[in-house]
Amino acid sequence: MTAITVRPSSRVAGGTAAGLGTAVLYLSLIVLIPLAAVVWRSADEGPGYFWRSVTTPDAWAALTLTVGASALVALVNLVVGTVIAWVLVRDRFPGRGVLDTIIDLPFALPTIVAGLVLLALYGPQSPLGVNLAYSRAGVVLALLFVTLPFVVRTVQPVLLELDTEMEQAAASLGASPFQTFRRVILPNLIPAMLSGTALAFTRAIAEFGSTVLISGNLPFKTQVAAVNIFSQIEGDNTTGAAAISTVLLVVALVALITLDVLQRWGSRRG
Amino acid sequence: MAKHVLRVVAVVYVLFLLVLPVGLIIWRTFGDGLGPFTEALTSPSALHAFKVTLTVAGWAVLANTVFGVGAALLLVRHEFPGKRLLGAFIDLPMAVSPVVVGLALILVYGRFSPFGGLLESWGIQVIFSTPGMVLATVFVSLPLVVRAVVPVLEELGDEQEQAAHTLGASRLQTFVRITLPGIRWALGYGVVLCLARSLGEYGAVAVVSGRLVDQTQTLTLFVEERFQNFDQPAAFAAATALALIAVVTLLLTKLLRPKDRIDGN
Repeated sequence: MTAITVRPSSRVAGGTAAGLGTAVLYLSLIVLIPLAAVVWRSADEGPGYFWRSVTTPDAWAALTLTVGASALVALVNLVVGTVIAWVLVRDRFPGRGVLDTIIDLPFALPTIVAGLVLLALYGPQSPLGVNLAYSRAGVVLALLFVTLPFVVRTVQPVLLELDTEMEQAAASLGASPFQTFRRVILPNLIPAMLSGTALAFTRAIAEFGSTVLISGNLPFKTQVAAVNIFSQIEGDNTTGAAAISTVLLVVALVALITLDVLQRWGSRRG
Repeated sequence: MAKHVLRVVAVVYVLFLLVLPVGLIIWRTFGDGLGPFTEALTSPSALHAFKVTLTVAGWAVLANTVFGVGAALLLVRHEFPGKRLLGAFIDLPMAVSPVVVGLALILVYGRFSPFGGLLESWGIQVIFSTPGMVLATVFVSLPLVVRAVVPVLEELGDEQEQAAHTLGASRLQTFVRITLPGIRWALGYGVVLCLARSLGEYGAVAVVSGRLVDQTQTLTLFVEERFQNFDQPAAFAAATALALIAVVTLLLTKLLRPKDRIDGN
């Protein structure tokens, strides 16, 4: 009888070890070892070479454009994403369900198609007469397209759960709609707004496919970091490509750690 | 008044950023009827691109589904040191640029790396070939199945599994009869997301495939190559096909996504 009570626990532990081993092997072969190889290769020729690779005029221009455009795009998402989430939760009008569904389209649409559709409407043959092709505004537009769902989808569930009683209490005590929003609603939304913004930022600095067609990839003007890395790989300069990749990885990591801290801060408050 | 302003801002923003651009390309594709669309998509190059895309996406989805269910079970049902770290590593691919994914795979599996050279001597070519494209696609879509299944597994709890176990069911029986039916909608949701991401991957595949027309060209690479070669009808037709796949995906995920998961988060 004792054998029966002992066996399950030892079997589970054995299963855990085997499963964990397989999962770690899979992750290592596909994700961890290759990413480590990028960081390793970037340091191949010493810190001096790394620094020179990152600060060549075209690489530096691409990095600053990427971080700057991504920060701008994250800010626009912070505001507009919150507005869209608000409208989806609190407003009632015909077509709201459709709006709710199509918000996720940028996640489902291949990035190269995103670039192509934007170029069709905002390119040289634009029926609106707006030509943003080969300009920085075009880059920002592409990044806005692919990052649209992030803030909306992080703020929306929080708004759904928010109790309207507090708002009614504030209003009955004489608070203006703006005061109610600032003092009652906003403090509850801020953690979700910020984590959505951080996600949008990390997505924007990594973006490649959607910017390829509309930006024209002009060095010093519209070339983003991912495209710069791509052209360095094509030119067989893998060490330089690895250096810029490492910078992108570090920036993404910093943004994600910030996000993690924000989420814990948010859950402690909630 | 303020309510209407917000509504107009939201609708106009989504209209000009999303609806009009996507609508325009579909309208341009079908402007002259269905004929040019089917013609452009049945050219030998387009059909080959379809085939490559389906092969690569099929393998990637299969691998990530098996891994996804296993890793989700591991994260929810088992206790081990480093669990948080494993979760973080699984989410890592979301933060990596597709181009960096391609570079990373070239550095390990390319002909000039020790490991890639070894594989090459065994007659296995990874980079500029199907295995490399599958690896790249697996990388970028890796977290999707895990993240879809984990919350549902957590919500289900393991009481039923333990009951089955006590009644003498084997681990496989318990999984097939109890766990799998419990997670089937979430699994379907994750698989659809994974498939959409796999069919649509561009950057990582562009780097590792070498973009060889009629050899390693996927549908997304076909769109780019046709567009750059001033063959707009073919580029638009393939883009529309991919956009329609995206719309179907969207509707499917809406159907599959359990309602209670939104507030369960």
